[in-house]
Amino acid sequence: MSATASPPTTRRWPIVADGQYDGSRIPSRVPTVLDVPEELRSSEDVLQINFGPNHPSTHGVLRLIVDLHGEEVVGVSAVIGYLHTGFEKSMESKTYWKGVTFPERIDYVGYQNNGLVYVLAVEQLLELEVPTKAKWMRMLLCELNRIHSHLVFLGTSALELGAISMFWYCFREREMLLDLSELVTGQRMHTRYFQVGGLAEDIPPGFYGECRKFVEWMPHALDDYKGILDRNEIWLERTQGIGVLSAQDAIALGQTGPNLRASGVDWDLRRDQPYLHYDQVDFKVPVYAEGDVYSRYRVRLEEMASSTNIVRQCLDKLERMEGMPWIADDRKVVLPPREELHTSMESLIHHFKIVTEGFRVPEGEIYVAVESPRGESGCYLVSDGGPKPWRIHFRAPSFVALEATATCLEDALVADLIAVVGSLDAVMGDTDR
Amino acid sequence: MTDWLRIPGYVSHRDGREMPTVTVETGRIREACEHARDELGFQMCVDLVATDYQGWGGQGVSGYIGTASGRDLMKPMTQGLQALPEIKPKRFSISYHLLALRHGAPRVRLRCWVDEGERVPSVISVWPTCDWHEREQFDLMGIVFEGHPNLERLLMPEDWEGHPLRKDYPIGGEPVRFSDEE
Repeated sequence: MSATASPPTTRRWPIVADGQYDGSRIPSRVPTVLDVPEELRSSEDVLQINFGPNHPSTHGVLRLIVDLHGEEVVGVSAVIGYLHTGFEKSMESKTYWKGVTFPERIDYVGYQNNGLVYVLAVEQLLELEVPTKAKWMRMLLCELNRIHSHLVFLGTSALELGAISMFWYCFREREMLLDLSELVTGQRMHTRYFQVGGLAEDIPPGFYGECRKFVEWMPHALDDYKGILDRNEIWLERTQGIGVLSAQDAIALGQTGPNLRASGVDWDLRRDQPYLHYDQVDFKVPVYAEGDVYSRYRVRLEEMASSTNIVRQCLDKLERMEGMPWIADDRKVVLPPREELHTSMESLIHHFKIVTEGFRVPEGEIYVAVESPRGESGCYLVSDGGPKPWRIHFRAPSFVALEATATCLEDALVADLIAVVGSLDAVMGDTDR
Repeated sequence: MTDWLRIPGYVSHRDGREMPTVTVETGRIREACEHARDELGFQMCVDLVATDYQGWGGQGVSGYIGTASGRDLMKPMTQGLQALPEIKPKRFSISYHLLALRHGAPRVRLRCWVDEGERVPSVISVWPTCDWHEREQFDLMGIVFEGHPNLERLLMPEDWEGHPLRKDYPIGGEPVRFSDEE
């Protein structure tokens, strides 16, 4: 379904009517916990084990306290916070200019998208207009980053189910993406390339060519992945019908992004609440109705194809924007060009003021959301008019995704647990912040 | 336009840049959420966030004024003490960011205000996703959600004292592990 071709009214809405809303399969009175059934609780057959926090298949430091009855999972409760580093508190004591480095480290796999949501929030409070070239480049990098994130998901979650070669294939393409990132930003990850007002530097010569090579290559790589997994009996057995999350439950549990689309809800902020120039590109939003691990894998796999498609369209636009500005011309917010510092006193003072004192942002509050690789990544920002955020809060899609673990694990076996946790694609840095 | 006045416990509303903010009475926030979900069609609660306004306006800053069109960058005195920020009714604000999954992606922010020691009704029965959101705000901000079945610390260690995101909680106030201070 493309952005322009389908009016929203023709979409498959899973919600029958507004009133008929229930999270019917929420497994216990605490929605994020799966309670051990009463008849089993007194028996001695239930074994409680700690899964994590240091376990290779927990994607970081997730701890699950699992009650097992034989091989069946009868109780689950997740413990998070092992990676809590107080990003929100730290950012309150940094100026907006210095704060750009933080959000990229929150979701350290989908770093560009997280950096984007922060600069968008600040720009909207400043009512700062961003040059169109910067918007296209942001889109391009965010889509590359989406592919990067999904590659990490696919590689690691397949690895956990025994498909070790997937890991090498996915990391082969991931390496290409990191090289591209290095070429354009100077950093492989956590680039600080998005600035309030636009981009840190102009796009270097040679980037478009290298990016085109990647865009041409990626469909072949996707064919490789499909070739390895799609008719692989073991993969299908271990993913189909496992960890089912219904559309109703997914909405009740606040799921967003690929997890929501794999449950049959046709919802993508890039199309439904367009930011940057997403309303000007044509792309397909994959939706699967089954809500199982396999659907989540398929959604992400197809999203890589549509992201590649968006990158191609961004390249077409950007190649015709040679010489156009890449950052807003507002010297109270944006650092002056480096070369001016040697000749202009005014620029030197502005540079000094922005780096030391920071720029002031008008009083107000804002919530900005973007479609990150993991779903709705939101930034809630309160400014009192000073140079530092009064309160900043990140709506972390991984945090919400892990809330669905208990519902997904009803009637699961212990081996499915690994498949399910992997398929929710939580990044613990994002979860714990 | 949506009829905000019919929300139970309605106090006031204000249109914002990205979504309107509807303030409701703290004690009726659960009813208000139910109304928003069932009558107004905001099926999803995407986020729940508390803000501590202790000391708000103490700096007296509102220097960078004007809008994109009306801003004169060369004008002197655009940095400095120009205005005081708007006074807040109570210490903590609690914002529920709601989203309707329909054309245009309408959003609304439900808002209630509490002081230290006041309780907020839990909205888990309306949106199960608020389980961890409420625990997080309890943990970091010290907001007590009445009726939450499992209101424990989520991100900080269980034996932690204090609520780090409060404004009276200092940065660097805690001992660093494995250092000489401990």
